[in-house]
Amino acid sequence: MLKMEKRDRNLLIIVTLMLVFAPFLLNPFPEGSVMAQFNAGYPDLMQRFVIFGIFAIGFNILFGLTGYLSFGHAIFLGVGSYAAIWMMKLLTMNVIPAIIMAIVISGIFALVIGWISLRRSGIYFSIITLAFALMSFALAYSVLTPITGGETGLQPKAADLRILDAPLAAGSTPRANLFGLEMSSSYKLEIGNWLFTFSAGYYIAAVMLLLSFYLSIRIFRSPFGMMLRAVKSNQQRMNYTGLNPKPYTLAAFVISGMYAGLAGGLMVAMDTQVGPERMFWTASGEVVMMTILGGAGTLIGPVLGAGLIKYMENIISKINASILHEWFYWLPDGLENLLVTVIYPFIGKGWHLTLGIIFMLVVIFLPGGLVEGSQKIGALIRRKLDRGKDKAKSSKSTKPAE
Amino acid sequence: MDAILLQILNGLDKGSAYALIALGLTLIFGTLGVVNFAHGALFMIGAFCAVTLNRILTMGHQVIDPTRTDFLGNPLKVDVPYLHGLFGESMGNAIIDWSVPLAILISIPVMVIIGVIMERGLIRHFYKRPHADQILVTFGLAIVLQEIIKYFYGANPIPTPAPAAFSGTFDFGAAMGFDPHTIIYPLWRMLYFAFSVIIISGIFAFLRFTTFGMVVRAGMADRETVGLLGIDIDKRFTFMFGLAAAVAGLAGVMYAPIVSPNYHIGMDFLVLSFVVVVVGGMGSLPGAVLAGFLLGILESFASMAWVLNILPGLNQIIIYLVAIIILLVRPRGLMGRKGVMEE
Repeated sequence: MLKMEKRDRNLLIIVTLMLVFAPFLLNPFPEGSVMAQFNAGYPDLMQRFVIFGIFAIGFNILFGLTGYLSFGHAIFLGVGSYAAIWMMKLLTMNVIPAIIMAIVISGIFALVIGWISLRRSGIYFSIITLAFALMSFALAYSVLTPITGGETGLQPKAADLRILDAPLAAGSTPRANLFGLEMSSSYKLEIGNWLFTFSAGYYIAAVMLLLSFYLSIRIFRSPFGMMLRAVKSNQQRMNYTGLNPKPYTLAAFVISGMYAGLAGGLMVAMDTQVGPERMFWTASGEVVMMTILGGAGTLIGPVLGAGLIKYMENIISKINASILHEWFYWLPDGLENLLVTVIYPFIGKGWHLTLGIIFMLVVIFLPGGLVEGSQKIGALIRRKLDRGKDKAKSSKSTKPAE
Repeated sequence: MDAILLQILNGLDKGSAYALIALGLTLIFGTLGVVNFAHGALFMIGAFCAVTLNRILTMGHQVIDPTRTDFLGNPLKVDVPYLHGLFGESMGNAIIDWSVPLAILISIPVMVIIGVIMERGLIRHFYKRPHADQILVTFGLAIVLQEIIKYFYGANPIPTPAPAAFSGTFDFGAAMGFDPHTIIYPLWRMLYFAFSVIIISGIFAFLRFTTFGMVVRAGMADRETVGLLGIDIDKRFTFMFGLAAAVAGLAGVMYAPIVSPNYHIGMDFLVLSFVVVVVGGMGSLPGAVLAGFLLGILESFASMAWVLNILPGLNQIIIYLVAIIILLVRPRGLMGRKGVMEE
């Protein structure tokens, strides 16, 4: 089925199930309980998980396979967003042309930028992409204001052209939709104290993630993917065998740029506005961190990394000192205060600090990211179990007499 | 003519900062072969040395001043720095006024220690790893350092004034024989330029004329052979890392009166300094300095009104544009050797 190995198929099935049941899985705590703030099952955040998951999967095709570390991938996220919003302004509020246009335009940008920056490798490549990122941000922020809306950004207005759409009813605002199904529409399900929200936008993004994930599996397992790995492990040897690595890396760059464009287009589809800060270089740094945290070069790693960072950004950052005091109220006062002062710098507004520390630890000790970490733990447990079995065996087996 | 001179002057102070940071980056790169993304954070820590010293010096206790009253008619409470008690009022105020130059003295040992700890504790373990890993771990370190500073000092810029004696302006026009009041330039920025020239020449002199510097240069050229001659080159390189950190820190201390330090000032400078290093040529010290000043001046020329009329927004992108062109046309940079960091 789908021309995949069994292992990959299982992974795809697990991801599909997780995406379908995410509104349940991410909402394990009942409404109104103390733990409810850890619930991540609201549409806005779930969409972000998925969209940044797509972004990171795309980045991983470049960095994970070829080893080229780009610090400018947010350019394509931004370009995709701008393209999508212009389609919404000019053509229709339907998300399909917006998303297609986002992918196409960012692909073209990726082709140009990739063609220039891939002429150098290693640290030079990183710095050129960084320079491109800063340049695009500066341009979007200042000179290109007629196209990008400058600092305020863009959003669809009632007075926009929109050739294909029927004129809006007076007083209504344009909303992103898929053939009439509004992105923001959702179905709420209440079971006991639990409240689950199923949003149309989330499921559309989730379908996109599945497609992207499937495509990334196919790329990873294809001869093309092998070529990209060859670029990473030894370009010189590849040259000697008579292969030119450039077209392969450029293709990987464009593909990952298109993934970023898709993510940008989806961001606009979910929340119809764009600002230049979306392509600031720190946004590029974020996707680098997602990929590394989860595990560069692994299939599922980048998605996990994206989820982890977005979870921290939205949930951990909300915890403040008074909530901490609430948690530890059962401790003696002195101990409570001590614990709160120790923990406080790492959560709430300080979540970046925790992220930075985790990131450093991962880079130092686990170059393969969280995926490698869990594999190592798994192997450790298996070895322990095996040893237990061995012991059981050896104690049973009678020793030959000497 | 005077307009051109003014633009050159404008470019010099930014160019000095670029040159100093780029010099440190190149020192680290040339000696240890490590790409240090945390170098901007060192610049920022330097700037916060000035902030911290200012805070320590102005620490004081409240005294009721019987001669003055506040708006409610109560006796006014006045903050009196402890320094007044120690040195008397006028001397105490003078010390507070000069807190930024004084911070230079403190920042040197602080930065050297931070640099050595960084090298010994973290970066040492990354010599054998790929450059991408070095970039990533120092990038993470930069974030951690930034967030620590943000936790203690908040996210807002903290104004740190220069001494009153240097906060005025200097009428360049009158001094150079042009019309007075055409080229007026802040004194502190001129001082910054002079300071950076002193530091840069100091580093070059140190490398050229001392035995230590000679060994370091030999190590940069061929580390293995120097090691075989029985010289502990690692120790010296560690010290060079500390020195590079101190240069970045000093650049930061002196920059504090020009731009009020905030926690991400380092990142802003770092990215530009990388571009500077690349334009100058990876591993070339003179190249880094030259490119720093050149790009600073170029940036200020690009922000002249008539240039912006023809090419709007050029000042925002000129540096990156130059960097991209240089990298493509002359990959080794202005003064770099061929093949550095080309894998």
